[in-house]
Amino acid sequence: MSLYFTKDHEWIRVEGNSGTVGISSHAQEALGDIVFAEAPPTGRELRKGEEAAVVESVKAASDVYSPVSGSVIEGNPAIVDDPALINHDPEGAGWFFKIEVEDPAELAELMDEAAYRDWVKTL
Amino acid sequence: MSNEVHSGPPDQTQELEKLPLDSWHRAHGGRMVPFAGYEMPVQYEGIIAEHLWTRENAGLFDVSHMGQLLIGGGNTDTALEQLMPGDFQALGDMKPKYSLLLDEDGGIIDDLMATRRGSDFYVVVNGATKLGDIDEFQHRLPREVVVDYMKEQALLALQGPRAAEVLETIVPGVSQLSFMEAGPFHALGAPLWISRSGYTGEDGFEISVAGNAVEKVADAVIAHDLVKPIGLGARDSLRLEAGLPLYGHDLDRETTPVMAGLNFAINKRRRAEGGFAGALRILAELENGPPQKRVGFDVDGRQPVREGALILDGEGNELGKITSGGFSPSLQRPIAMGYVAAPFAEVGTSLKLEQRGKLFEARVVAMPFVPHRYYRKGAA
Repeated sequence: MSLYFTKDHEWIRVEGNSGTVGISSHAQEALGDIVFAEAPPTGRELRKGEEAAVVESVKAASDVYSPVSGSVIEGNPAIVDDPALINHDPEGAGWFFKIEVEDPAELAELMDEAAYRDWVKTL
Repeated sequence: MSNEVHSGPPDQTQELEKLPLDSWHRAHGGRMVPFAGYEMPVQYEGIIAEHLWTRENAGLFDVSHMGQLLIGGGNTDTALEQLMPGDFQALGDMKPKYSLLLDEDGGIIDDLMATRRGSDFYVVVNGATKLGDIDEFQHRLPREVVVDYMKEQALLALQGPRAAEVLETIVPGVSQLSFMEAGPFHALGAPLWISRSGYTGEDGFEISVAGNAVEKVADAVIAHDLVKPIGLGARDSLRLEAGLPLYGHDLDRETTPVMAGLNFAINKRRRAEGGFAGALRILAELENGPPQKRVGFDVDGRQPVREGALILDGEGNELGKITSGGFSPSLQRPIAMGYVAAPFAEVGTSLKLEQRGKLFEARVVAMPFVPHRYYRKGAA
C-alpha cells in the first residue's frame, strides 16, 4: 500500500490497482467548515487532473481533481450525508471516491507523503 | 483541489493596514486575510462554531476597519439631508439612524449609521468605501460643514443574547440603552461611545474606543466565559440570516433604496418634500414600484448557491442575480438573496438558480431568515 499526494492537495492511497482518493488535512484546514460534498458516480471515466468531485465550505467552493486516470469504483456516501466528516478525518473516513488505476506510471509523477508534508510547510 | 485552497499569497500590490488589535487577533488564533485594505481575522475556531456561539451567547467582533466620521459645522442636519433620505432635522440626540449615501441618480454609494450628537453627527461607514465616502461628503456638503475622519478610533461589536449582561459588568448602566440608542460611557480608564445596535440580528452593542485603549476593552470583554472572538466569516453568515444587505454585494450604485427594500430609511417628511440626491427617481419608484427588488431565497438541497448565480424563471429567462448566498449555520441549509424583476418578487414564487451550469430549485421567502431579537425597552 502506498500513499501519494498532488500539488492540488489530493491524496491517493493505492492497494493493488485500486486507489482511494481524498483531500489532505492541510486542504480541509484551509477550506474550513465543510458543508457540502459530492462524489463522482460509479463507472465514470476520469482523466488525470480532471474535475472529479465538489467540496464546499462556508467560505468557498472547490473542485477535487483526480490524481490519476481510471474508472470510478465507488463514491463515498458518508461524505455526502455528513460533509463535516472531511474536516474530522480527511485522510481516513472522509475519502471521496475509489478509482481503478489505469496507468500506474502516473503515480510516479505524484509526491510521496514525506515530500508532500515538507512542501506544505513551505506554503 | 481548485483555487481558494492553494491560491497562494494574496495580491500584494495593495499595502495592507494592520488593525490596532492585530497581534491580539493572532494571539487568539485568528486566521488573518486581506479585507477592505486591512489584515482581518476571518475565523478563530471555525465559522460555524463562532456563528452558533453568537446566536446563543455573545461574540466579540473587531470592526475597526469601518470608517468613523464626525461631521459638524453649519447646519449639518439639513446639509446631510441633501445626500441622504433620512429625516436628520427631526432625529433625536443619540439615536443612531440607518441611512444611505446616494449619488445624484439615486444609486447607493454606501449604507451607514448616523447619530446626532448635539449639532454634530457621528457617522459609521463601511471600511472598503470609507475614503470614497469622505471624498463625497467633502465635495458635496457646503464648505462650512467639516468632515473629521477619526482614524485613531477603533470599533468593537459585542453581539448575542448574553451581550448585555456581559457588557453591564464592565460598563455599568449600559444595559439601560434600548435598541438604536447610544451614549457616552467611561470604563477601564477610557471614554467609550456605545450604541445598542449591530449587524447580526441579535441584541448587542457597538463600542467606539481609542485605538490605544481598545486592547483593554477587548481583554475585559473576552475574559467573560460567555464571550468568544468572532471573525468576518461568521459576521457574514449572521448578517445573511438576518436578511441584512452587505454593501458592494447586495447594494451598489446600480441599486436604489427602493430596489433594495430599504424604504424604511426614507422618512415620511422626505417622501413628501423630496430634496435629496436622486429623489426624482426614488420617489417615482416608491409611487410606481421599482423595476427590480431584493428578495430572499430558500434553496432546495444542501449545496450553497453564492453571489453571481443567475436567477431564472421556469422558461430559463434571466431575471436577475444572486448577490449573497451561502450555507446557514442556524438553519443548516442554503439561503440566498438577490435581485429579481419586480413581477417575480412575490413571496412564494418558485424560481430556478443557475450556478456553474447546475440548476437549483428556489422559492422567494420573506426576510429575515432567522428572526431578529433586538432589545426594546418596555417590550415583553
